[in-house]
Amino acid sequence: MDFITILSIFVMACFVGYYVVWSVTPALHTPLMAVTNAISSVIIVGALIAGAAGGSPTAKWLGLIAVALASVNIFGGFAVTARMLAMYKKKER
Amino acid sequence: MEHTAPPAWVMLAYLISGVFFILALRGLSSPATSQRGNRFGMAGMLIAVVTTLVTHEVASLPEILGAIAIGGGIGWVTARRIAMTDMPQLVAAFHSLVGLAAVLVAAAAFLNPAAFGIVGADGLINPVSRIEMGLGIAIGAITFSGSVIAFLKLAGKMSGAPILLPLRHVINLGTLAAILGLIGYFTVDQSPWIFWTVTALAFLIGFLLIIPIGGADMPVVVSMLNSYSGWAAAAMGFTLHNTAMIITGALVGSSGAILSYIMCKAMNRSFISVIAGGFGAEAAVSGGEAKEQRPWKRGSAEDAAYMMQQAESVIIVPGYGMAVAQAQHALREMADVLKKQGVSVKYAIHPVAGRMPGHMNVLLAEASVPYDEVFELEDINSEFAQADVAFIIGANDVVNPAAKTDKTSPIYGMPVFDVDKAKTVFFVKRSMGGVGYAGVDNDVFYMDQTMMLLADAKKMCEDIVKALQH
Repeated sequence: MDFITILSIFVMACFVGYYVVWSVTPALHTPLMAVTNAISSVIIVGALIAGAAGGSPTAKWLGLIAVALASVNIFGGFAVTARMLAMYKKKER
Repeated sequence: MEHTAPPAWVMLAYLISGVFFILALRGLSSPATSQRGNRFGMAGMLIAVVTTLVTHEVASLPEILGAIAIGGGIGWVTARRIAMTDMPQLVAAFHSLVGLAAVLVAAAAFLNPAAFGIVGADGLINPVSRIEMGLGIAIGAITFSGSVIAFLKLAGKMSGAPILLPLRHVINLGTLAAILGLIGYFTVDQSPWIFWTVTALAFLIGFLLIIPIGGADMPVVVSMLNSYSGWAAAAMGFTLHNTAMIITGALVGSSGAILSYIMCKAMNRSFISVIAGGFGAEAAVSGGEAKEQRPWKRGSAEDAAYMMQQAESVIIVPGYGMAVAQAQHALREMADVLKKQGVSVKYAIHPVAGRMPGHMNVLLAEASVPYDEVFELEDINSEFAQADVAFIIGANDVVNPAAKTDKTSPIYGMPVFDVDKAKTVFFVKRSMGGVGYAGVDNDVFYMDQTMMLLADAKKMCEDIVKALQH
């Protein structure tokens, strides 16, 4: 992919993000932050590439540490979001 | 080695992952669809991880799985154990990890560019990749050190008072300019010293940017760092030509930016003035001034119980003080008893009622308050005029009419609840001495229809419940 293609995806995604986030109900803004935290750990993709590659041992270890850090966020972020969302109940009856 | 395009199915898999992340946020438009949304998020992450592992030659699978298990275990246990009142600290800590992960990935890409396919025909790293990498490591480092400070302030391990260095604006702008200048120069000279200097300066500026910001502005800071963590992921997505990372980065970046905007608007502060810092430093001084003595009425739990039983509608305005006193369960019990006796009970939430956006809603949800009894400021404010009782518990600045009338007040212009229009006001407060974050007196205390309930919030709610059941 050339730079312009990537930039186009990025700009479009910013617009999607703008409209999707404004439609989030204010009552769920804390879960929103927790889940955005979890998904921003998709940076683990880069960490995996670094951790999987041979060549530079330093780069590999940096990658592995990044994998561990991102995993804290992924598991922690999704789990805490699920825990919060399960608390939101409608009125009985 | 030129960057060779991966097979179509791989690009498709990352695209699906990105779309699932959009659906995860979309699900949050209502509590009813939110749990399904969260599962979309998990599926998106699984797709991204598996695709990456399958399409790369993995020389160290046991180590990678070990790293995931260790990190995942820590994250899982923390998420299970954390108290809901501590959510802002947890989110700040998580942001710092995303930031640090971005720094490490960018550093690894610099040390082993061939693995990332960003080496040009001349054997050097592509100039465009160098900019992306430089921005990635800079934003990542700022997110990290900024979030660490935010975490320390929110967790009370560091004073919430702003720390103001002399010439701080000059130092900050100078450091930022140096970072950008060096990233620019990095495109013509890929010497390691430039890269590591950018990293060091970015760690420093993250620290410098957050220390002057006071505790009251932390909701904005946490949202802002949320945004940064997204931009850091997006920058790395550019380096890796990875759609999932770019889409996610843009989503998270916009999300944090919008939340910062909402928080600033709710406090009537400009984003620039929050970033410039110092709020709360002067307020602490003015709060110490001798105030004129004005008459006020003290009520008892029995008075409150009697008045609310007679009422048709009660609106409860909870603030962070309620959560500090751990009164949410007792408060919900009080509301339940009232509802059984035929009184309409609603909760009114100000955007800055908690320590982060939507925090109060989570705290009430944890205490089993149904979410359809909880209303946002703009949806309920007109109802105070018809309400028989406004019950204020642990809130102060968000009900202060000075925000509407007194142009000299530090909170002037902040949207507030019109509790002064309710027929009767009960104000639960520990003592008459304390003032809100902004350090200003509140006219609501002295109104004819106000009764001050001076006690610990939890104790007061329990006493009212007892009196109601008589």
